[in-house]
Formats: sequence, C-alpha cells, structure tokens
Amino acid sequence: MLRQLKFRDQAKAKELAAGLESCLRAIGRESVSVMHVCGSHEQAIARFGLRAVLPKGLRVIMGPGCPVCITDVPEVDEGVALAQQGVRLATYGDMLRVPGTVKSLAQAQAEGARIDVVYSVSQAVELARGTSDEIVFFATGFETTAVATAAELLAGPPKNFSVLSAHKYIPPVMEIVSEMPHSRVEGFLAAGHAASITGWGVFEPFVARHKLPVVVGGFEPLDILAALLQLLELIRDKAPSVANAFPRAVTREGNRAAQAALWKVFRPLGGRWRGIAHVPNGNLRLRDEFAHVDARRRFKIDLAQLWDWAPSALAQQCICGDIMAGISSPTDCKLYGKECTPQDPVGACMVSSEGACRIWQQYGGHPDLSGGLS
Amino acid sequence: VTRPIGERVGLQHGAGGRAMRDLIKTIFVAGFAPTGPAQRGPAWSGDDAEQVEVGLAALDDGAAIRIGDQWLVLTTDSHVVKPRFFPGGDIGRLAISGTVNDLAMMGATEPLALTCAILLEEGFSIEELARIRDSMRAACDESGATVVTGDTKVMGKGELDGCAINTAGVGLTRRVVRSCDLRPGDRILVSGTIGDHGFTILAARHKLELTGDLRSDVAPVNGLVRAALAAGGDGVIALKDPTRGGVASALHELAEKSGVGILLDETAVPVRPEVRAASDLLGIDPLHAANEGKVLLGVRAEAADRVLAALLAHPQGRAAAIVGTCLGDWKGKLIVDTGVGRRLLAEVEGEPMPRIC
Repeated sequence: MLRQLKFRDQAKAKELAAGLESCLRAIGRESVSVMHVCGSHEQAIARFGLRAVLPKGLRVIMGPGCPVCITDVPEVDEGVALAQQGVRLATYGDMLRVPGTVKSLAQAQAEGARIDVVYSVSQAVELARGTSDEIVFFATGFETTAVATAAELLAGPPKNFSVLSAHKYIPPVMEIVSEMPHSRVEGFLAAGHAASITGWGVFEPFVARHKLPVVVGGFEPLDILAALLQLLELIRDKAPSVANAFPRAVTREGNRAAQAALWKVFRPLGGRWRGIAHVPNGNLRLRDEFAHVDARRRFKIDLAQLWDWAPSALAQQCICGDIMAGISSPTDCKLYGKECTPQDPVGACMVSSEGACRIWQQYGGHPDLSGGLS
Repeated sequence: VTRPIGERVGLQHGAGGRAMRDLIKTIFVAGFAPTGPAQRGPAWSGDDAEQVEVGLAALDDGAAIRIGDQWLVLTTDSHVVKPRFFPGGDIGRLAISGTVNDLAMMGATEPLALTCAILLEEGFSIEELARIRDSMRAACDESGATVVTGDTKVMGKGELDGCAINTAGVGLTRRVVRSCDLRPGDRILVSGTIGDHGFTILAARHKLELTGDLRSDVAPVNGLVRAALAAGGDGVIALKDPTRGGVASALHELAEKSGVGILLDETAVPVRPEVRAASDLLGIDPLHAANEGKVLLGVRAEAADRVLAALLAHPQGRAAAIVGTCLGDWKGKLIVDTGVGRRLLAEVEGEPMPRIC
C-alpha cells in the first residue's frame, strides 16, 4: 500500500538538491532565474514542496503555462455571447469562473445560459450525439489538448457539434517572454507532455535565436529536480542547447501522427494572450477546410449584446500579466488575498488550480520551510 | 480571527472549513451567548459555565454537560448525500455513523440513545426508504446504538431533493476529550487509509470510470476509539473525525485550538492506490477529501506506541500509522513533509472540484 515510487526517492532527491547547490556556487552569481511554462510543473513543484529544497539563489518562475490563465478576455466574451444566444456550450470546469469583460461563463449560467462542464472533448462529442441541440465545445488548452480536439474533428463529429477554439501554442510565447525588456530568465524548463507530441527538436530554432538553454522535464519530483540540474549545468557551461531530461516519454521527433492531426486541423495565428502580449503564431484556429465545425463561422457571435456594462475597476489593477512574465510575484499584487480570492477571483491566475495566485493561496506561497522545525 | 461572511449563504459555508466556522461564530455563537445571569441555567452553552464543560463556543463535535460525576455528551448532525447509495454505504449508514462518531470524538464511546428525524420528498420510494432503514439498523447493531425516538415530515414534490436525515445522540463519559491541549512533541496518529469516502462520492457524482476497489469507509468507529482510549488513557489528548474538509481541515482545527503547529509526514499517511490514482487524475489532494470511518488522534509522545498497537490490533485500524508531530512554532499551521520537500497545507474553501486541463 505504501509503495515508494521510484520517482519520489528521498535519497536521490537530496543528491539532486545538493547538485543544484554546488552548480549554483560554480556559476558564482547571487541568483539565477529560470522559467517553466506549464501549470502541471507549478502544481508538482508546489505539491511536493520542492521550493523548500531548492538553493535560495535559484528562482523558478512560473511563466504563461496555465491555459485557463492566458485565455484572453475577448475569447471568454465570445463564449459568454454564444451561450447567451441560446447555444449549449460545453467546456472544462476551470473555465467557468474566468472573468470576461462583463461576466464569466458561471455568471451567464446563473442567468440562464446553458453550459455543460465536460472532462474531455470526447465527452462533449458524446453530449452532442445524445441531443439535437447545437453543442459548441469551447476549446482551451495548449498543443496537448488541441491534439485531442483535432482527433475528434478528424473522426467526424455529429452535425450539431462545433468548436470555439481558444487553443494556444507554447513555443512562440517563449520567444516573447525572452524578449521582454525586464526579463531575467536565463533558461527554460519545457513541459514533457507537450514535448512528447511536438518532440524536443521543436525548441532548437528558439535556442539558436535566443542563446538560452531549454530542458524538457517530466512531472515527478525527481524529474523536475533532474531537469533543473541539467538546466543549471547548461547555464554554468554557457552552452545554450536543448536537453531532454524526460527521455522515457519524449523523443526528438515527437509524435508524428499527433503533429499531422494538429496541423491538418489547426493553423497558427497571432493573437493576444491574457496579460502577456500579442503572440505571433500563438493561437490555434481552425483551418478553412473545417469552417463547417468552426463556431466563429457557423454562428454570428453578437459581442455587442455584452457592452452594456462597464468593466470592473478592480480588474484593471490585476497584475496577472507581470506575474506570468516572471517580473512580479502574486504578493506584489494589491488585490492578492484581499479583493481577489479563490472564492471571488478578479484575475484568471486566481481561478485555475494551475494559476500562480491560486497555487500560492492553496500552498501558502513560498515561506522558508527549509530549516529545522521544532 | 473571524472574517466577514457576506450577505448570502454559499456552499463554502457548509464545506467544513474556515468559512463554515466563520458563519457559525458570527450567527450562532454570538447569537446564543447569554445576556444575563438568569440564562445561565444548566442548558446554557457558554464556555465558562460550570454546568457545561464543552458548549457551543467550542465549535466541537458535540456538547458536554455534567451529570453527577459523569458527563453527558450531546450531538446532532444532518445528512444529505448525492448519490444516496454509493459503493461502501448509503445515506442511512452515514446518518448513524456520523452521530455515533461525533459522540466518540468527545470520549463517549458507548452511545446511550439516538434520535432520527427524516424529511422526505413526496413520491419517494417506500422500497428505498426501507433499504435506508435496514442500513441504519445494521450500523446501529455494529456500534451498539439504538434509535429511541424520531420524526417524519413529507415535503411537496420539488421542495426537497429526495430525503434528508437528522440524527442526534447522547452518551456518557467520565472524561471528555476536549482536543485543545496538544503540546509540542505530541504525536498525531491516523486510524487508516484516508480519502476513501470523498473520492468514492466524487467518482460516483462525476461518473468517472475508475477501476479498482474504490469504496467509502463509512462506519461507526466508537469501538476503535474505545480501544485507543483503553490503551492510551489520559495520554489521548485529541480525537477528531476528518469528515468534510478532510485531514487538512481536521488538523488545522486541532492546531488552532491548541496553539501548536503540526508537521505531517506525508509518506507515512496511508492512502489506497485507487485513491492515489483518482487524486492524481482529478488534481484533488487526498488530505482534502472526506472520510467517514477514520479517526485522527493527538497523543502524548510516551503513549503513542501503545495507542498505535491498540489501533493496529483492531479490525478497523489495521492500516493505522503515526503521521505527525506537534510543533512549538508555526502556530495554527500545517506543514507537510513530502519526503522530497516541504509545503504549507491550506484548508479547502468550498467543495473540491476536479481539475481539468
């Protein structure tokens, strides 16, 4: 019953932490900042309390890796407008409380809009099969979930099913973050599950352009510590390259069939990520061949119906963007824990369980727990 | 510190965490406080009254009233659950176990008598009602409890979702376990695997097709507590059933009441593989999931091994373990040592919701 998983081995974790310590000493600077771009990485780091064993000088910043957090306000507005027009909207539970310009999907639902929480795109397709109602799947998430959406569209969904795509593509946003004027990021920890699809080779052009190392990492505690160590070593050796610290799942080429499905259905398009910036090629939109299942082309989305209200003044004080860019911490925000709480979120980072602010609320931020306790 | 509770009751006010305690403190504890000496009769429930050792203000599992050289423990609990029947139990078993366990957490491990008040929706199946009754009877037989009086109300169709059951119970004890005197160095024990009930209900409610034997632990645990008290005596300082809000809420409550911190060794906490898998899948921590047949015990260090041995020897305590230590620092806080690191653990706010992407 108390099976010790080999990727949570305590002695190995200690070894890796010691390795990080000595590598940081060898670099010889007071602090080094690296960024991960994946909510699951932040979850695992917080869940396993890894920051308590990382060297004090190593800053691991949570980048724009939470799909719920970076879904932009106008995209939420489109979903709200569609739902208010009488279409049944199916989406992930996390999306319900994300604030739009005037309201969230949850508020629209409370006012009578029909919104179904689903756990996967296939559940939304099932829902469509069981009804004659128009079902729109409000599709959020990165290339990992976009592949699942693509597969369903290629498999031929029922006629009353369409997709409102707010899918995002990670590699372009890494470029944006690296080019931000205040960025102190010296390397990236890339998400293992996304890389299992794209392959680690997808990061090679980025490394060549920006001279910053990228290490692909898994999600068990030892995976993360090992990937961070490899990243620090590349920084120490001034050897910007791509390394794969998750070889049991990730190859250089990735999953060719999944890539083919992804790019057959979607095309990259520039667009805003909430709080970050306009990201060239950062959005995944349906290709013309899939216009018949594209909710944006199938329905006339009437955004004007929403503009009777003024946006909340609080929302303008939200610093989610700076937090996701690694420039600020949740506690730098005036609203954090006061006006903005998990029960009553102002910013998207407080909504999703993968959002930095929510995780800090849940796990208490980064208090120093490294010393002896009595 | 009591926070403002807002203008409307929300689901978080019933979820067993801080919001619920804030609601009770603001509305009831303040509202039922005595305004003059005339009200300080035997029924007064304030903290400093002589007749009542544990009253409303203690926000405990029940009240304790002195009767001669013993204490009468009184508790009441209302039960609703969706779905009403789930692997491992049903609303009837839950209603009896919940009240028997609340008595046991105060030290009254031999329930004198229970009451049962049931609210039914018009159209409710008589056959289902009889099944619920059978299940209540079985839980009574397991715990040595008897239902001696009750009440039945039928509401119109749509005015209630199926049925709701309230049970109250009384029991006698010579020593009330007040759960507020933990000291640095005291040990925390758990009587078995955690999260079984919460994840069973979540899986049933969200129609998750999980394999393995995921079933609720709902059961009366008064016999188990009796064995622990017999072995540990006055060394057993705290008893808490980690129901809504799970182990996290229960330990926060213990830490706050005693003014200690608690360091939890997560690698020692027993979790069934099915629960671990469901937890990883849904992104919900087993420490936040409800239990209906488990006990957390706060025990003086010198009594810990004796109490552990007594738990392990009991059929309901075979997976018991020592899982934590009380700290002088970090008052009111719960620190989790994950084996590979450390983190602070917060209480849940509202019902745990599955994480998706």
